[in-house]
Amino acid sequence: MKSDSPHIALFIPCYVDQFYPKVGIASLELLEKLGCKVTFPSGQTCCGQPLANAGYERDTIGTTRHFIELFKPFDYVVAPSGSCVLHIKEHSPQIPGLENEQAELHHKVYELTEFITDVLKVEKLEGKFPHRVGFHASCHGQRGLRLASSSELNQTPFNKARKLLENLEGLEWVELSRTDECCGFGGTFAVTEEALSVRMGKDRLEDHLSHKTEILTGGDMSCIMHLQGIATRNNQTLKFLHIAEILNEAIS
Amino acid sequence: MSHPENATEFLKDQAKAKWHDETLWFVRDKRDRISKTIPEWEQLREIASQIKDNVLANLGSYLEDFERNAQKNGIKVHWAANGEEHNQLVLDILQKQNCTAIVKSKSILTEECHLNPFLEKHGVEVVDTDLGERIVQFLNQPPSHIVLPAIHLKKGEISDLFHEKLHTEKGNEDPSYLTNAARIHLREKFLKAKVAITGVNFGIAETGEFVVCTNEGNADMGVHLADVHIACMGIEKILPRRKDLGVFLRLLARSATGQPVTNYNSHFRSPSPGKEMHIILVDNGRTAQLAREKFKNSLKCIRCGACMNTCPIYRRSGGFSYGSTVPGPIGSILSPGLDMKKHSTLPFASTLCGSCSDVCPVKINIHEQLYEWRQEITKTHGEFGKGLSMKLANGIFKSPLAYKISGNLMRSALKALPDSLIYHPLNTWGKNRNLPETPKESFQQWYQKNRS
Amino acid sequence: MSSRENILSAIRGVSIAPKSLPEIPDFRLSGELVETFTQSILGNKGEVLTKVEFDNWLPNAKFSKIISLSSHFQNESTISLPEDPHELEDLGLAILDGQFGVAENGAIWLEDSNLGLRALPFITEHLVIVLNRKNLVETMHQGYNLIGNAESGFGLFIAGPSKTADIEQSLVIGAHGAKSLRVVLV
Repeated sequence: MKSDSPHIALFIPCYVDQFYPKVGIASLELLEKLGCKVTFPSGQTCCGQPLANAGYERDTIGTTRHFIELFKPFDYVVAPSGSCVLHIKEHSPQIPGLENEQAELHHKVYELTEFITDVLKVEKLEGKFPHRVGFHASCHGQRGLRLASSSELNQTPFNKARKLLENLEGLEWVELSRTDECCGFGGTFAVTEEALSVRMGKDRLEDHLSHKTEILTGGDMSCIMHLQGIATRNNQTLKFLHIAEILNEAIS
Repeated sequence: MSHPENATEFLKDQAKAKWHDETLWFVRDKRDRISKTIPEWEQLREIASQIKDNVLANLGSYLEDFERNAQKNGIKVHWAANGEEHNQLVLDILQKQNCTAIVKSKSILTEECHLNPFLEKHGVEVVDTDLGERIVQFLNQPPSHIVLPAIHLKKGEISDLFHEKLHTEKGNEDPSYLTNAARIHLREKFLKAKVAITGVNFGIAETGEFVVCTNEGNADMGVHLADVHIACMGIEKILPRRKDLGVFLRLLARSATGQPVTNYNSHFRSPSPGKEMHIILVDNGRTAQLAREKFKNSLKCIRCGACMNTCPIYRRSGGFSYGSTVPGPIGSILSPGLDMKKHSTLPFASTLCGSCSDVCPVKINIHEQLYEWRQEITKTHGEFGKGLSMKLANGIFKSPLAYKISGNLMRSALKALPDSLIYHPLNTWGKNRNLPETPKESFQQWYQKNRS
Repeated sequence: MSSRENILSAIRGVSIAPKSLPEIPDFRLSGELVETFTQSILGNKGEVLTKVEFDNWLPNAKFSKIISLSSHFQNESTISLPEDPHELEDLGLAILDGQFGVAENGAIWLEDSNLGLRALPFITEHLVIVLNRKNLVETMHQGYNLIGNAESGFGLFIAGPSKTADIEQSLVIGAHGAKSLRVVLV
């Protein structure tokens, strides 16, 4: 590792920290394998998204100030979550006195796969992952960060996660009937609109199961937690991994 | 009832909910396919959006141009501040004609103004002539979709309804047969009506003409046989130039139903000799919405319904779950401006997935406005009691120490307690979903051990 | 104050940054015009006929009441145009001239001068529009260029027969207006 290489801060979303430490470990190890100098700054908290999406953006000023100050010394901030990154870029409230730092943060914060493709400029990952993988495109990554082309738009198709996955030896990419429909997690929506949320999740799972997905992956553990919760309840035999876990395992 | 309660009710009939989802998805899929045959599609959306931005910035002068040019062509122009005034204006015209029976083609604006019950109260028979609208009118229901009014009904239900109302054969569910029965029934109404009401898709400032688009031809059947045509138009329906129609007619039907254009696109500029043409320009909350900086863009809507067809919530909860004249994503950003308290749950009936904004032919940032309405609504009253629990959560997230403690507590609580005792939000989560297995340590703890 | 003044003053009370009106590019279409137009009409559930095909079809269709206002078919009318459109209730066929057709979607432009009575193309059971194949344009943009500043009191694009899909999204032809559209390209 070069000492003058950019210093990357790993931002681990709160629920990943608590429920999916393996995803945090995989993200860290993956970036290290790709030659990055990575630090996990201690004292991280939630980005404030659950509150803001519930209509209380104004109550996240403290959280946001803390976030900006914590990550200020780093060249990049990388998170294994499109949703949290979108929140930081678009929905964190303006913090008086930290305007410059906040603007800087918006430019240096990246979702993991886009950091690998757009900043590290990785064209092709060498590795092996002999499984049928179904990709769940999380909406905030998909239509918020534009990590992949949207089925609604007339544009040249692209998908940053797919670009990283499909070169892996043995990996079979599952084509879904609805490539980018929402899974119904939606933060507090999962609880306030429970019936709809579960129905949407079941429909996504059916799409994967009918196309013989073996491992369901994605860039946001929140969606996967929701889908996995439904699948487990209904004894559906699907495996769930964050894309960082697949990439980290494949290139080891 | 709130949106979650209505949605839960709708989802009880699982087979029908699935059918509803798939039927509307089919329409969205058609829209996707046809939009991809137009290489300049995204450019057209951008141009349409810019034209509408220009309209909102110059609405007053365009309305005056429109009025002047329409009057020059012999159209009588009226202005209505709200639904009541609109309805009264219509009634005045009808009474002057001694008219007690009218035909009306699809107009979401007249639904918004509740024109039908008002006229019926004053002894006027109103016949909605769009097939879907006639069906829901027979049932005393509002439309459940702005383009597909009866999309919530199965053909068996329509067959039973027509058997009762139009004496069709019992059990005959053939759509052609049922449509033909409606044709015969409505033809009689068309031939008798002295006054016909239509909505307006576009009003052109530079010419004073207005355009009405249908596939059935019902708007034209009505107005060309009647002596008097009353067109009801929201003030935001203005376009500056005739040639702007080239952009909007290319977008409208493709976005709405995936067809290249509606089969009838009528441009009304002046009445036929001896006949009357009226246009009523209606505000009803639109100027108030225009004044809301964050929400004024919602007035760019051309009522294509694409955001309903694409919305994963709408498709699985049905139009009635919204309890507003315009349902779906666009309705959820328009309705709170009319009555925030009544419609307070609508901006929360979304996962903010953003699909609505990506299908919108005039590029309204619908999902961002849903987010902004949430911020407004929580200021006025605690929604679902979320206020308190969220404030609590913020207290946790603000302080790293408190967060860590609560994290540890949460994990040990999850391990120790049986599923049934886990507290409220987790309880709701756990109704149909398992919780993730709780790891023995958090990432932070792992990092302390392994990297520090 | 009247509602008119109230509305206009409410609008003037809102300050919105000026936004310029975009120019509309003259978007074109690739592909052969007649073929594209024909496919569009078929897609809209209409038919496209040559004059010969039409001449063969008409006598066999056995309409008792026909009104032709087409300059190409001046001797086909069996009744004359009434003053009151209600008398057209049982009209079997109307034959009208279209001014131009748009290839991208099959829309055909007609104005009062082509219609005789505005109700005619709707109340007739079947409709034939005669169109000169030289009068085809590519997209709606060229269509509106041709319409220009025309001052007809009424004009319309017809793209197909009357249709509906309001019952379970099943397409049915012949809702309230003409049950068929035949376009004769001359």
